[in-house]
Amino acid sequence: MSAVADTHAQDHHHHGPAKGFSRWLLTTNHKDIGSMYLIFSFAMFLLGGTMAMVIRAELFQPGLQIVEPEFFNQMTTMHGLIMVFGAVMPAFVGLANWMLPLMIGAPDMALPRMNNWSFWLLPCAFLILVSTLFMEGGAPNFGWTFYAPLSTTYGPPSTTFFIFAVHIMGISSIMGAINVIATILNLRAPGMTLMKMPLFVWTWLITAFLLIAVMPVLAGVVTMMLMDINFGTSFFDASGGGDPVLFQHVFWFFGHPEVYIMILPAFGAVSHIIPAFSRKPLFGYASMVYAVGAIALLSFVVWAHHMFTVGIPIAGQLFFMYATMLIAVPTGVKVFNWVATMFRGALSFETPMLFAVAFVILFTIGGFSGLMLAIAPADFQYHDTYFVVAHFHYVLVPGAIFGIFASAYFWLPKWTGHMYDETLAKTHFWLSFIGMNLAFFPMHFLGLAGMPRRIPDYALQFADFNMVSSVGAFMFGATQLLFLLIVVKCVKGGEKASAKPWDGAEGLEWTVPSPAPYHTFSTPPEVK
Amino acid sequence: MRVHAKRAGALLGGLLFPAWSMADWTLNMAPGVTGTSNEIFSLHMTILWICVAIGVVVFGVMFWSIFAHRKSQGAKPANFHENTLVEILWTIIPFVILVVMAIPATATLVDMYDTTESDVDIKVTGYQWRWKYDYIEEDFGYFSNMSTSRDEIYNRTAKSENYLLDVDNPMVVPVGAKVRLLLTANDVIHSWWVPAFGVKKDAIPGFINETWTRVDEPGIYRGQCTELCGKDHGFMPVVVKAVPQEEYDQWVAEQREAAERERELTEKDWTLEELMVRGEKAYASACAACHQADGSGAPPAFPALKGSQIVLEDMEAHLDVVVNGVSGTAMQAFGEQLNEVDLAAVITYERNAWGNDTGEMITPKEVFEYKNQE
Repeated sequence: MSAVADTHAQDHHHHGPAKGFSRWLLTTNHKDIGSMYLIFSFAMFLLGGTMAMVIRAELFQPGLQIVEPEFFNQMTTMHGLIMVFGAVMPAFVGLANWMLPLMIGAPDMALPRMNNWSFWLLPCAFLILVSTLFMEGGAPNFGWTFYAPLSTTYGPPSTTFFIFAVHIMGISSIMGAINVIATILNLRAPGMTLMKMPLFVWTWLITAFLLIAVMPVLAGVVTMMLMDINFGTSFFDASGGGDPVLFQHVFWFFGHPEVYIMILPAFGAVSHIIPAFSRKPLFGYASMVYAVGAIALLSFVVWAHHMFTVGIPIAGQLFFMYATMLIAVPTGVKVFNWVATMFRGALSFETPMLFAVAFVILFTIGGFSGLMLAIAPADFQYHDTYFVVAHFHYVLVPGAIFGIFASAYFWLPKWTGHMYDETLAKTHFWLSFIGMNLAFFPMHFLGLAGMPRRIPDYALQFADFNMVSSVGAFMFGATQLLFLLIVVKCVKGGEKASAKPWDGAEGLEWTVPSPAPYHTFSTPPEVK
Repeated sequence: MRVHAKRAGALLGGLLFPAWSMADWTLNMAPGVTGTSNEIFSLHMTILWICVAIGVVVFGVMFWSIFAHRKSQGAKPANFHENTLVEILWTIIPFVILVVMAIPATATLVDMYDTTESDVDIKVTGYQWRWKYDYIEEDFGYFSNMSTSRDEIYNRTAKSENYLLDVDNPMVVPVGAKVRLLLTANDVIHSWWVPAFGVKKDAIPGFINETWTRVDEPGIYRGQCTELCGKDHGFMPVVVKAVPQEEYDQWVAEQREAAERERELTEKDWTLEELMVRGEKAYASACAACHQADGSGAPPAFPALKGSQIVLEDMEAHLDVVVNGVSGTAMQAFGEQLNEVDLAAVITYERNAWGNDTGEMITPKEVFEYKNQE
């Protein structure tokens, strides 16, 4: 391939990366920035996970043993915020940085300097957010959904810092999204029409539009909070003529598309991994693209299904119930397509495939509980119980997180030039799979039995399943250190990876050598 | 099967952990005791079985592929990648299933929203962290606080059967009557939930939400606040006692009488000792959650009262803070929540407890005058 020859030729002119810390601080290289995003997100994953361990340790038995309710609320809040904004979103941006240019045959992202800035804003934002834990009055303690007036009139003094951190994260996300759109729309290799784009590229294009649409809404809602707290306005304060429910409408107008922001790129990645290990083309490429588009559009008109109990009029209740149920159709199409791809393939089960298959099964279970939650009358029983906690952890852990693990194992050989340790990786998978199900499946039972979410202590009838759940959570949490070991080991050495280590894989990224040279596709490849 | 699991669980639990023997392995939602909760239960079971059926088909095909089409078994991959008929079918069939599901769901929802023709109206107000029930037509109302002791929560004594789910004054409703609930909140958003009724509604400051229930079986039903409302969100249970109509009428009469007696107490001449006794109780239910039983508070959100300047010196400021609250903070205006006797008792108690020995007292009459001059 020409790409290989080009990079060799370039080595004589260009130097490799700069030395030392300035390489990372000043880099505009999509691969370096991608790696930084991935490392950052994994660090945040461990931090957010540690907080989850505190939560599960307190909930191991009835009674208060380890932390006070005040600190418990800070843990649930920070766990949610860090996992959503610090772990899952940056991980997908990291994957996008690494893979989008390689998949569309571009030399880099379209806006490399902005790319650097969007990354470096993130550690700053999280430094501010995490520092609130050490402030007087403690960190935000009102849940990751920060409902007013609990977060405004009754919020701790650190709320203003939290708002500032959210603003910075939002700027970072918006810039990242602009970069993704500019790259995909402008830098595709000749011959790569939109309907020839790999699905990961498609899903990220749509995700980026979602980000641009909703991050400003989040910025708006936190700015209104900032005004209420510091400048005497009453957007959300009923005693000043404001409306606490307005907060929820605006928040969930951001929040629901946000859910899809965290899952669509995983849909894309899994749509590469399943065909690769089934050795068979993806079933229904076009319908996959349309399904993602439909999901993204519908995600804007379902927000109030998070608010079935706030007392919206029955017409609104019915509209949001029907619209939410409708999302099951395109989501179902995607699941059916993945299963049809596996059907009559020649399957093998390397670690990426294990994570991808688990993704399909467990995400579907999360989809089922989502469908149950969509039924508004039934939601009156499920709402704000552990059933909801089970539901969204089933879509986010085996959905987003397993999708990220599948992608990482799938592309690690390309990134490092080495094969990872398959035995360790399979151990990582099975321990994660068992731990995750042990942690989150019993939460369905707890919710149906009536346990509310976000409580530091519970009535005695919930004791058994909470203990099981905590054991599963500890197992899942500890297992993730194994992933760190596997990646470090793979970076340091291991069996040499060929340009295309997976025999069934398709795409331009497999036409460049492993590890991918510092500069790739300086001359665009031709796509037939 | 479930019974066995329950027994085995109880046995094992009893051996390992005393608390476990109280627990159970309930897997599913309970049908509850109202028409609404039964309808919800049947919707829940229908959608659950639909999901199970779809799951069996989808995962069946998947597991068959995993089992039969393995490369290691010598499977050769097919090369098909689309089939218009199949794709149309698996779009339309789920859609039809959803429409079928939406019909009963809509009917139930319409019924749940019909709050007309109620027999009893109760206003439910959420406070940090207790509920207040006002019987609108009957001219009385009262607070309902969790009665589980801190000793149980902090594992210093054994946990009682209804750990965290017991209150001092439960809501009382007559069996068979349509009870309309008007929900609002005084500070942050709370949510009132009794699973056995299938009723959950948010209590939002500045809004009045409506819902209703009709309980068919007498009994005591328990639930909890389900919207995060601050540090003691886990400690504000809902307890409802459903009693036969005659018993209810008698209870209402007693409550009205008691409310009348309370009002008369304002006129009485109180001594410091009497106010201290009453103040300790009122303090424990209204103030201790934040300012702690020993007055030490939890600064900076909840200042200490022990040694506080306002409490030790400025009576007028003390009265103002308690009656009107401090805007922008968690300190609520207790002027509307407590009667004059309790306000006087709490203030007197705070000025004389925990070594704050000022020897000063304020009488209910003085509080009454203060509130009226405002």
